[in-house]
Amino acid sequence: MSEDEHKHARKKTDEHASEVRLEAMVDTEDGRIAPPPVPATAQSGDLHPEASSQTVGQRIMSGDALVAVLAVVLSLIAGGILIALTDEDVAQTATYFFARPQDMLLAAWSAASEAYLALFQGSVFDYEGETFSRMISPLMQTLTVATPLICAGLGVALAFRAGLFNIGAQGQIIIGATLAAWVGFGLHLPVGIHLLLVIVAGIIGGAIWGGLVGLLKAKTGAHEVILTIMLNYVAIYLVTYLLTTPAFQRPGSSNPISPLLDETAMYPPLFGDAFRLHWGFIVALLATVFVWWLLKRSIIGFELRAVGANPVAARTAGISVTKGYVVVMLIAGALAGLAGVAQVAGTEQVLSSGVAASFGFDAITVALLGRSTPWGTFFAGLLFGAFRAGGVTMQISTGTSIDIVLVVQSLIVLFIAAPPLVRALFHLPEPGKTKGPRSPKGTRSRKPATTGGPA
Amino acid sequence: MSTAVSTAPEQSTTRAGAVRSWKTPITLAVLAVFALLVFAIGAPGNEVTFRLSDPGDAIVLPPIVVFAPVMGWIGAVIMVAAAALAFVQVRAGRPVPGWLIAVFAVVFVAAFLSWIVGSARTPNVALYGLLAGSVTLAVPLIFGSLSGVLCERSGVINIAIEGQLLFGAFSAAVAGSLSGSAFVGLMAAAVGGVLVSLVLAVFSIKYLVNQVIVGVVLNVLVSGLTGFLFSTVLSADAETWNSPPRLPVISIPFLSDIPIIGPILFEQAIVGYLMYVAVAVIYIGLFHTKWGLRTRAVGEHPKAADTLGVKVNRMRFMNVSLAGVVAGLGGAFFTLVSVSSFGRDMTAGQGYIALAALIFGRWNPIGAFFAALLFGFATNLQYVLSFLGTPVPNQFLAMLPYIVTIFAVAGLVGRSRAPAANGVPYIKG
Repeated sequence: MSEDEHKHARKKTDEHASEVRLEAMVDTEDGRIAPPPVPATAQSGDLHPEASSQTVGQRIMSGDALVAVLAVVLSLIAGGILIALTDEDVAQTATYFFARPQDMLLAAWSAASEAYLALFQGSVFDYEGETFSRMISPLMQTLTVATPLICAGLGVALAFRAGLFNIGAQGQIIIGATLAAWVGFGLHLPVGIHLLLVIVAGIIGGAIWGGLVGLLKAKTGAHEVILTIMLNYVAIYLVTYLLTTPAFQRPGSSNPISPLLDETAMYPPLFGDAFRLHWGFIVALLATVFVWWLLKRSIIGFELRAVGANPVAARTAGISVTKGYVVVMLIAGALAGLAGVAQVAGTEQVLSSGVAASFGFDAITVALLGRSTPWGTFFAGLLFGAFRAGGVTMQISTGTSIDIVLVVQSLIVLFIAAPPLVRALFHLPEPGKTKGPRSPKGTRSRKPATTGGPA
Repeated sequence: MSTAVSTAPEQSTTRAGAVRSWKTPITLAVLAVFALLVFAIGAPGNEVTFRLSDPGDAIVLPPIVVFAPVMGWIGAVIMVAAAALAFVQVRAGRPVPGWLIAVFAVVFVAAFLSWIVGSARTPNVALYGLLAGSVTLAVPLIFGSLSGVLCERSGVINIAIEGQLLFGAFSAAVAGSLSGSAFVGLMAAAVGGVLVSLVLAVFSIKYLVNQVIVGVVLNVLVSGLTGFLFSTVLSADAETWNSPPRLPVISIPFLSDIPIIGPILFEQAIVGYLMYVAVAVIYIGLFHTKWGLRTRAVGEHPKAADTLGVKVNRMRFMNVSLAGVVAGLGGAFFTLVSVSSFGRDMTAGQGYIALAALIFGRWNPIGAFFAALLFGFATNLQYVLSFLGTPVPNQFLAMLPYIVTIFAVAGLVGRSRAPAANGVPYIKG
């Protein structure tokens, strides 16, 4: 009406310019609530009431569990074909395929099955082990590798739930690990306090690196994908630089590697010194419970989910979207920082520039496979930990490149994300009209067909 | 930055100006003060030589020699003035003009160069090599971000640029080695890019899988697949599988003799020329043709487009496939131009940088082109400077492109607005 009011309205639109996009999307979607900037949230089962009202038993019995199992089977078959195709024995027997086809088929079968057996042997249970501890040591190794994956995966998943695409777990792990390691070898404190401080330092480091993204996004509207990618690079160069300075470099060494962390700064082994598994795994478990509590039971979690599901509605309801972005990135960074702590105070025991390996990027796939739910991420982390641990054994004992693990992992995520494809491949019936929380778009699309009118 | 008339990014810029956003003046002021302290007050007291041409060139230009403190002070004064002007503009309720930011950026880079080269052990740099190298490094980035423009303008988020580049590079290496022809390799690169695109299109358009998920997963899949084949097939017999011929450098007579810009524009492998063509064609196509109007309509408001008879999903499918061709050609650059063999994960995150360039360039081909050039320049500057021996640790120089981007995105560009329907699958009904 008055010019002042007009200006105020325009200011409001500007302050939330990114949300203008969402308003436009609501139009696009014919009044239906559209996915947020990162539509990944739309994929998390909890956003759909029919999914959350299901009991665990119902979920297992529903077709989705079957689809998940079939997706894993399909991916393993595809990986097996790839292994067989590149196997030398298979190539040799293929030269006389038409004379004796069974030779090639046998060779292909043995190539693939041997690789997978080695994978299993290296990740779950070594049936050739002499002692019981030898037999279960692969499982322990899996849990050890899964620890940082779970922590960082939770960070990525949490950001997803608030509608942010956090590619920055890598950088957050690195900074968390750097700070934790510095407390670990730089300070000399009594047992208990030292480890606690190391954990706190890791959390702070990750939270700074993550919170920076949330702050910049909230204050300036910069795109979080760019910010996280750039900060990943800054983090890796920062740690390489620090490792050349006297404060971080191991005395007397010319390699970019830090001194060993103090004994008091390290996670104690969980089941004795025979295994590498450390208390970091319990911390990861607690982190999962914490994220579950945060999302399901806390007010902050409710606000975050509201922001993720529909920022416009959240703002109307009086939830500060900008505060939500900062808070979620702080927590996401802190969780990734815990992964860094697990690395320096548990598995690696030193800080090097490769401390984060590729955990930060694997965490994205873990979160996606876990559908951005805490327990989903936890189990996805275990699965990927198993693949990673077993892949090493497989490469050593059968010579199959560990890269096959990446192929199988990514195929699993792809197939699980596309239930209609899996159903079509196995000629499974389409789920009933009331079913289908895992394919929200597909089911939703059919309902408004009556309201939408012809286009 | 962009000259397009009807795209939404401009609208948000003008709106930002109308409400007195102090972000730009503050950013400029911070940078100006930094320049004053470091480039002017902290200037090294020696002369800096910028060589403009190689002594063997047809036309030899004399080198530019400046006194570093003079250059630093002039630059700092201009920057402070520009920042002050920006404050005045915003105070008066006017937006900060684009040319002011451009002038500021150019002066900043010039002052920075004279400061850092002046502090080096050998204060002498070949400007022509610096610029030419920047363009070379930017070529795959530009192809990658153009691929993103094509996808995202039609409403499909393309995180899979990295995978498209990598598979393009792989296909080019294998096909080039098997056939012995670099051009067959180039064709294969395009096909490889399209294959990745097809998976993206099928999963995101037909099966309505979240596009971010498909993109991320495709990158992992391609990395695993090419890595696996590299360690089993390619390294077992590199002679047969992994020794592609290089694409010849074609220099256009006379034009390539022009100092500085000659080698950049007119002395390239065919991929380099294709890059300029692709930028121009995609820009004109998007903003001045029927196809472009439809593409943008599908990306902004698919329902409206559908109502007018545009086949939304077919349009998206076509654009995503085309994006695969573009990114695949960019991938060929790795194995047919810069190195002549495929290496594991040889794209090394360039696809993600291309994604950043695309957003930085505001989903506009020209914007993406310049953003990618900026990355190329910063990366090449780091190589050149580490060679000259500067007092700044190498790692900080390596950070430079990324920090510059954060500043640019947070301070100058601000809220970038994606096409409205980006990432939203369209279901007719």
